Amino acid sequence: MAKKKFTVGCFDEEDTLFAAVKKVRTAGYKIHDVYTPYPVHGLDKALGLRETSLHTAGFIYGITGTTTAISSISWIFTKDWPLNIGGKPHFALPAWVPIMFELTVLFAAVGMVLTFCYLCQLAPFVKKHHFHARATDDLFVMVIECSDKTNTDDLKAFLSNAGAVETDVQVAEDGWWLGRYDKDEMMFENKTVAA
Amino acid sequence: MASVKMQFEIPGKMRTWSFALMGVGLAALLIGLFTKGFSSDEHEQAVFWGTLMYNTIFWTLVTNAAMFFICVTTLAMGGWQQSFRRVPEAISTLVPIFGSITFAVLIYVVFSHKHHIYHWVDAEAVAADPILNGKKGFLNPTFFLIWSTLTIGFWSILGWRMRQLSSEADEAAMNNETGRSFIWRNTVRAALFIVWFALTVGSTIPWLWMMSLDAHWYSTMYSWYTFASSFVSGMSLIALWVIYLKNKGYLEYTNQEHLHDIGKFMFAFSVFWTYLWFSQYMLIWYANIPEETVYFKHRVQGPYKGIFFLNLIINFLCPLLILMKRAAKRNYTLVTFMAVLIIFGHWIDFYQMVMGSISKEHVTLGWMDFGILSFFVGVMIFQTGRALASKPLIPKYHPFLKESIIHHT
Repeated sequence: MAKKKFTVGCFDEEDTLFAAVKKVRTAGYKIHDVYTPYPVHGLDKALGLRETSLHTAGFIYGITGTTTAISSISWIFTKDWPLNIGGKPHFALPAWVPIMFELTVLFAAVGMVLTFCYLCQLAPFVKKHHFHARATDDLFVMVIECSDKTNTDDLKAFLSNAGAVETDVQVAEDGWWLGRYDKDEMMFENKTVAA
Repeated sequence: MASVKMQFEIPGKMRTWSFALMGVGLAALLIGLFTKGFSSDEHEQAVFWGTLMYNTIFWTLVTNAAMFFICVTTLAMGGWQQSFRRVPEAISTLVPIFGSITFAVLIYVVFSHKHHIYHWVDAEAVAADPILNGKKGFLNPTFFLIWSTLTIGFWSILGWRMRQLSSEADEAAMNNETGRSFIWRNTVRAALFIVWFALTVGSTIPWLWMMSLDAHWYSTMYSWYTFASSFVSGMSLIALWVIYLKNKGYLEYTNQEHLHDIGKFMFAFSVFWTYLWFSQYMLIWYANIPEETVYFKHRVQGPYKGIFFLNLIINFLCPLLILMKRAAKRNYTLVTFMAVLIIFGHWIDFYQMVMGSISKEHVTLGWMDFGILSFFVGVMIFQTGRALASKPLIPKYHPFLKESIIHHT
């Protein structure tokens, strides 16, 4: 839960944002994330994000569910407690398919929701830093990670050149953060926080 | 728009192939006619006509599914299909052709009293049979003739009206008003087609043409099952033609995004087909009533066992596992492979649905089945190519074309 320094550039147009993302990446800066009011098509590609592994996780949860269902029902009905139900064979596969299906769906759905929360670092009591309150309204907020060697003034000027309407430097928690907002970190009071 | 190729030119190779396939098919048809069709053995005759029946019904329903796709996407106000909509339109021009063949075959079978195929055409047997007597209002030659005529006629006419309207998008740019009226007329015609489709493919026609082969047996699931089979094959056929045209350098506006959506249809309706397959099977298995299990007896435990389970592997396991990944649905080679596999799988499905009832003791799958199949494939290639060449490939003034060009999944 290290604190990191970020340079924030705000854009009010999708088109300028795309051009700016390209410029910033070519210049070699590391984009932490871009916060947009709505899902922007193609932005993941422009940012060079790798494809999510959520599908693969979902598939694995799904087959885990199927396996759980088939192994437990077959054990129960053939070994543990065989019952004669309507003269059907003990290993009555067609009758189990609905349960196998349901368990597949249940495991996949619950597992994927939890994985999604984990990947987005969402959990009870975990706080997230908001770089700009208008990111949920009408502003496209690009956040660039700074190292010790980054000249933030240059970077701010670079962002303004690329079309940013607002730029600033913030220090924020990166990743999982179980702390709380201090009084002086209240967003509506002041946006920038001293290091 | 200048750089886009609007006009499809039929390559010589395609023409040669289609004639070759038709030639092989006609040869198989003639040999089959003389060895089986004119045979004195009524069972052999039944096998010959049954082979014709399932092939022609399969191809009619598959080509009709292409028009169903157009109408459904039109009603859903879909825009993404516009860049390749001329492909399903071209495929659907086959409906009158295959429809007439189906009509001729079925009417011959019914009116020449082939009671080895349709048990219910035998009036004496019906009179002595309380169950068939109860179905007399539906299963009788007159109703069969009238309903089949209406069905094939309206499929052809309503489909032709849709295609005719689509040509308006080639003529002149539309403004807001004419564009709206164009979309509205599309909606009305598509809705008419869908209603007729629901009354026929969605319910009565599979009961009448195929389920009545087992005159005593019934399943309300049967029509939906047939529809799912034909629709997923129809989507696969569209995918094949789109990929073919892409390979020849046409359809510049169609790309992986569109292929991905077609792939989703192939994947989703394979699963839907399985859902219906299983729902029909499980209820009958569970209740275990002899009058219902009679359909599955020789399919699951008799000579058709292999085909029956092969069917499930090709049509469910393969699409499920192979088409599940996003990358697979965007891969031209893999989609081509899966499309061919799915069409073959559902052709086999129709085979066991029809022949499983006509030839209960022996699986007759052999040279004649593949020969007749090749005839239909040949006609399909020939006519689709001709229809594609007769119209611009892209409806350039369609109000939704832009939506298709920038389509993104």
